[in-house]
Amino acid sequence: MSDDIFITRETVEGADDGPLADTTVAVKDNISTEGVRTTCGSEMLADYVPPYDATVVSRLKEAGATIVGKTNMDEFGMGTTTETSAFGATENPVAPGHVPGGSSGGSAAAVAAGEADVALGSDTGGSIRCPAAFCGVAGIKPTYGVVSRYGLVAYANSLEQIGPLAPTVEEAAALLDVIAGPDPKDATTRDPERSAPYVDAADGDVDGMTVGVPTELVDGADEGVLETFEDALDDLRAQGVEVVDVSLESVEYAVQAYYVIAMSEASSNLARFDGVRYGNSGGYDGNWNEVFGEAREEGFGAEVKRRVLLGTYALSAGYHDKYYKQAQNARAWVKQDFDEAFADVDVLASPTMPVPPMALGESLSDPLTMYLADANTVPVNLADLPAVSVPAGETDGLPVGMQFVAPAFDEATAIRAASALD
Amino acid sequence: MSAQSAKNADLTTVIGLEVHVQLETDTKIFCGCPTEPTDEPNTQTCPVCLGLPGALPVLNEAAVEAAVKVGKAIDADIPEETRFHRKNYFYPDLPKNFQITQYDEPVCADGELEISVGGERRTVGIRRAHLEEDPGSLQHVGGNIDNADYTLVNYNRAGTPLMEIVTKPDFREPEETRAFLEKLEEVLEYLGVFDASRDGSLRIDANLSLVPSDEVDDDGSIGTDVLDSANRTEVKNISSHKGAETALQYEEGRQKDLMRRGKAVEQETRHFNETHGSTVSMRSKEEEKDYRYFEEADLPPLQVSHWKDEISIPELPDARRERFQDEYGLSDEAASKLTSTKQVADFYEDVASEYDADLAATWVADELLGELNYRDMAVTDVEGRLDEVKRLVELVAADDITAKNAKEVVLRGMLDDGDAPDDIVEREDLGKTDADAVAAAVAEAIEENPDAVADYEDGDDGAINFLVGQVMGKTGGSADPGTVNQKLRAALDE
Repeated sequence: MSDDIFITRETVEGADDGPLADTTVAVKDNISTEGVRTTCGSEMLADYVPPYDATVVSRLKEAGATIVGKTNMDEFGMGTTTETSAFGATENPVAPGHVPGGSSGGSAAAVAAGEADVALGSDTGGSIRCPAAFCGVAGIKPTYGVVSRYGLVAYANSLEQIGPLAPTVEEAAALLDVIAGPDPKDATTRDPERSAPYVDAADGDVDGMTVGVPTELVDGADEGVLETFEDALDDLRAQGVEVVDVSLESVEYAVQAYYVIAMSEASSNLARFDGVRYGNSGGYDGNWNEVFGEAREEGFGAEVKRRVLLGTYALSAGYHDKYYKQAQNARAWVKQDFDEAFADVDVLASPTMPVPPMALGESLSDPLTMYLADANTVPVNLADLPAVSVPAGETDGLPVGMQFVAPAFDEATAIRAASALD
Repeated sequence: MSAQSAKNADLTTVIGLEVHVQLETDTKIFCGCPTEPTDEPNTQTCPVCLGLPGALPVLNEAAVEAAVKVGKAIDADIPEETRFHRKNYFYPDLPKNFQITQYDEPVCADGELEISVGGERRTVGIRRAHLEEDPGSLQHVGGNIDNADYTLVNYNRAGTPLMEIVTKPDFREPEETRAFLEKLEEVLEYLGVFDASRDGSLRIDANLSLVPSDEVDDDGSIGTDVLDSANRTEVKNISSHKGAETALQYEEGRQKDLMRRGKAVEQETRHFNETHGSTVSMRSKEEEKDYRYFEEADLPPLQVSHWKDEISIPELPDARRERFQDEYGLSDEAASKLTSTKQVADFYEDVASEYDADLAATWVADELLGELNYRDMAVTDVEGRLDEVKRLVELVAADDITAKNAKEVVLRGMLDDGDAPDDIVEREDLGKTDADAVAAAVAEAIEENPDAVADYEDGDDGAINFLVGQVMGKTGGSADPGTVNQKLRAALDE
């Protein structure tokens, strides 16, 4: 049972006491753990044992947490189902025969299956929120800069954040309190003034709050998902929330922009895996470019190769302006669109995923459909904003998640809104 | 007429340089590892400079400070904000297979440096100067880069701060590049941001092309269309001032020869072979490089404009040379010698503040630098002993020993045997004989040599030299011959 959740099971005890004493934590396998192999779900790193802890892992240990293992994930975070892992797929513990979502599928499944009290994932375009939604747990994608990325093996470094997954928003917020905060080892971390711990915001007190629903993120969603979402909105209305429609015109371009930026950054971030120090380095003929090519051909899976190739193309002379630069312009537009929306509403809400969990094996052969499933989550990463996914109910026995997006560094508002559904 | 067909026309050489200098900081540019060279490979590394998965760069502000100093020294524009890019290429010495460097917003742009060639002053434009990380180093075992049995990688150097200084194509003669590099190094050392003695601290790429002389404008400038139409070669692997001159002289000759024979110069990258003083083609057909530059999101843009005002730089060599001429009345030659390095200039001013400026100039510029040069040493080699040199000047200034003994016995003894000046003076008994002893010796010499005295009194002035010799003999050579001469005449003329 649950043999497919962890890539490496290993118990690492933290400090004797602290806020997470007696708490077990599952850690996504792209977060570096000293002395415990960190594979990123890739053959390339099957034997890689980091000599250092990620900042978040140090903070877990200091807080007294017990790490119970490294969880399965899409290879280097590239996927929405955890099926691109070189170590095999993970089955959704609450929806047998279905995927747990991705890329932090193992972390969400570990929480859903009770294999760990809480878990850490990483979210580049929805990789915490999607599996949280599919596995019926809560997940927080923090504002870019709230949590240190030091030790997080980069997929798309301008987009991603480490964040918590937990059975409830409140527990996720408590874990965020432990891992958040500036880090001298990550120059992109910020120290926003926090009047109270995040966990204090999980009080469910939404009376008088205005929630905006971007029509673009609702149109085209699965009917069952929409029904569940509408029911959750009614629940919020009953608690004193005003729900209004808003428009985010730019999100139409978000998926394309996201994939161009993410793949471009990935092509550079993954360049170091060339067989010299990672992966298979021997037995090839030719000059070192050819040897690097062989090592990468052998060590990377199909989805990683696809994204690295597309990213390399998007950054190439002659195409850079057409793709990468255009995508950056779209990113700026998405940011601006969100800013304008927040002038009228406290928080934005949408289904986390437009579809319920796919059946295992269903989407692997169709990458484009898989990319489009990220339509509601990627705009948030493009805009560097905080978002929470909270279980909103079920459709046909499959979990549905609801996403709340707040202004930058206002995690508290997203947490408060989501906790009303805890 | 294009440059390629300029078979018989006069040709003008056009040269530009890209100079990589290691900036002297205690720690690397993006991590806390020391930059001090060590023989033990891969010992000064950490997750960041090894490029381990998940590690992130954090900018060492000391490197930016050094870069801003360079910018001020070359009178460059320093932008409001500077940022970093990734330069993507695969190479085994590059830990991440990309280099963090600067692209469209370098920390310094549009500067200049004045050089002196054959007594003539010229200004060389500097297009840009930017910060980047040094890669690691490779050791090819059992061959060269193409045929080695295997190659070892040493990451100690990886992450050492580099500044790449790109000149405009303002050089017309290979020898000008040497003057430029000497001047640049002098300025960098004055700023305290560069250590020339460090192996590999200076690396130069040079590009050279030939254009028809009649395309050169009257003011010496050359249109970009003319430059673009001339095929250019880039010479890599140059590591010294002399190397730059040699490589470019070779390249100039090679290109002129090709053109004279009606052959085209191929646009290519060539490798300088220092042993043979020649350049060889690196790759026959190299595809155009595409480094896929894009912003390094791990390093937020850095506000630098205010640094320009906050960071001060010391007086630079040219200004100091002029001041030495004005303030101490030194010749251009002496002032140039004394400002050749900041350390020499500082030492001179230290000595001149306590003793006569001319005496100080003689002792620092001529005696000390001369003796050091003779021994193939530099002031840096006697850094800890400058107080002893100063003491020697004090002995001379106080007339305690003769200038001749000070130089030939004391200074040389100090440099050759490492002894302290006072010890040498005592051991060699060089203390000047006191006046009474000289007076007694003079009296004795007159009494003992009546014939010479008579010759002198009869008008034979040469006889005085004989008597001086007698006195010198009696005082063991420690008397001053001029003084003895005077005292003898005084005694005899009474």
